[in-house]
Amino acid sequence: MDSPDQTVEIEHTHVTFPEEMTLECGAVLRGMTVAYRTYGTLNAERSNAVLVCHALTGDQYVAERHPLTGKGGWWETVVGPGRPVDTDRFFVICVNVLGGCMGSTGPRSARDDVDIDPAPVWGTDFPPVTIGDMVRAQKRLIDHLGIARLFAVIGGSMGGMQVLEWAAKYPDAVFAAIPVATAAYHSAQNIAFHEVGRQAIFADPDWNGGRYWQIGKIPARGLAVARMCAHITYLSEQALTRKFGRRLQTAPKDPTEAISLFGDMFEVESYLRHQGSSFVHRFDANSYLTITRAMDYFDLAAEYGGDLAAAFRGTGTRFCIVSFTSDWLFPTRESRAIARALNRAAANVSFVEVPSDKGHDAFLLDEPAFHRILAGFLQGCAVHAGLPG
Amino acid sequence: MNQQAPIQYVAKNMRLDLALIAEMIAPGTRVLDIGCGDGMLIDHLFRTKQCDARGIEIDMAEVTRAVAHGLPVMHGDADDDLQHYPDGAFDYVVLSRTLQAVERPREVLRQMLRIGTRAVVSFPNFGHWLLRWQLLRHGRMPMTPTWDRHWYETPNIHPCTIQDFFDLCVQEHYVVESWLAVDDVGRRAPWRRFPRLANLFGEQALFLLRRA
Repeated sequence: MDSPDQTVEIEHTHVTFPEEMTLECGAVLRGMTVAYRTYGTLNAERSNAVLVCHALTGDQYVAERHPLTGKGGWWETVVGPGRPVDTDRFFVICVNVLGGCMGSTGPRSARDDVDIDPAPVWGTDFPPVTIGDMVRAQKRLIDHLGIARLFAVIGGSMGGMQVLEWAAKYPDAVFAAIPVATAAYHSAQNIAFHEVGRQAIFADPDWNGGRYWQIGKIPARGLAVARMCAHITYLSEQALTRKFGRRLQTAPKDPTEAISLFGDMFEVESYLRHQGSSFVHRFDANSYLTITRAMDYFDLAAEYGGDLAAAFRGTGTRFCIVSFTSDWLFPTRESRAIARALNRAAANVSFVEVPSDKGHDAFLLDEPAFHRILAGFLQGCAVHAGLPG
Repeated sequence: MNQQAPIQYVAKNMRLDLALIAEMIAPGTRVLDIGCGDGMLIDHLFRTKQCDARGIEIDMAEVTRAVAHGLPVMHGDADDDLQHYPDGAFDYVVLSRTLQAVERPREVLRQMLRIGTRAVVSFPNFGHWLLRWQLLRHGRMPMTPTWDRHWYETPNIHPCTIQDFFDLCVQEHYVVESWLAVDDVGRRAPWRRFPRLANLFGEQALFLLRRA
């Protein structure tokens, strides 16, 4: 069993802002730490910065070895030297979201609303954050880095929600926006899947009312089930069939581990179990609850009287919306709705649906057409922005 | 004539056709090209006339090619997507060799002249003498280099003649600012002052319209 405060020991690159941060829910953080990574070099004009926004269970280690898992960056196929988001050309910034568990202020941080020394950990008492709060935290970092305008903001899934929020709230600070495999609000079906995951965490005997660290445990079983359930939504039926079909493998001997017939289990079961168990080693259960809630609450149009176009009225940002054919978690029709709202706002918008059988996960995987689109769109924007080649 | 080619809206001899359209468009204007293909016209208008040119295209492979080339193109089609643009969003809305393939051509024209101050429309002329002759002589649907699909697989569901188009402009109160007839490779034909002759000898027609 892992130590629940394992990641606290890792020193993440960060800035701590002493100023208060008022969250959308009304709660006030007395100070805020923003953990981030950068790649490439900021040019003299500070005009080549690209912000990459990570998804639900991602983090700031976008293009380098992950300090916990030892695996490569989660978007190495997209970000790096000579990649579509070329770090030889762009200064790439990736920020651990507010509420996360890789160094930014979140449920695992010490409380700042009590005068106890040492301050206890927030845990489930961490105030609810929104996608808007996450973006305002990122904006503080961007201001701190002295960048007035980001050349581009890119992200998939929940990262795409942040891209939309950036473009709506800070249009003058975003030259180009690339929301990928995302939506302007979280659908009832998506909220439902999140709720299954949350209930699995609550039902874990080691949950301990959200204060699992007090008994030296983590709700590993519940968090793993949450991840397994979510992982199914990231794939497509075709992808599961292609990868596993109905193939069998030897089941573990322990009957509490898996139900087996003649000693066998399906490969897809084994795969999901692996996805679940490896996840709990790197992610905090309270962060998972906080961030899934932030996604669920996201509804950009609601802030603008229900009219998504109003969020983008008069924008000068150039948009590139990308969806994938087999993504049923964030289906193309939701991307098309964003594109049409941008049309109503007379915005400059490109919109492509990439053929792929890989489901929602396609945006993270090797999809050459998607990568050509990203590289070409950024190149076109660089011409319009007068960015030196 | 290539029978094996996949079905698409129309055979396109883009360069000459587009050069004629580009001549009609003033520099520095806002342009929407409906059915822009891989974005050749909008690329040309941006590079040579500094236009803010954007495109809509129905074929996803073409959209991918255009966006990967850095052009602002979105997947969509003339029948369903024009309604989402605000009034007067563009100075020119271009529909090149596509009018005959849309579901509701009259509505598409109305939308074009709602969202744009001017519309540039080109279409193959069904009044051309060869088509008339083939129908009269053989009693079967004509097949020419321009109309090169069998009736059962043609995407061109609303063919019209130059005369028909003039009539529609009168009916809808559109002002024809200029028009010309061209041959099948897009070369300007010499009957521009005589609609009846153009209707007989022009293989393609090109119109610049505005609201009355």
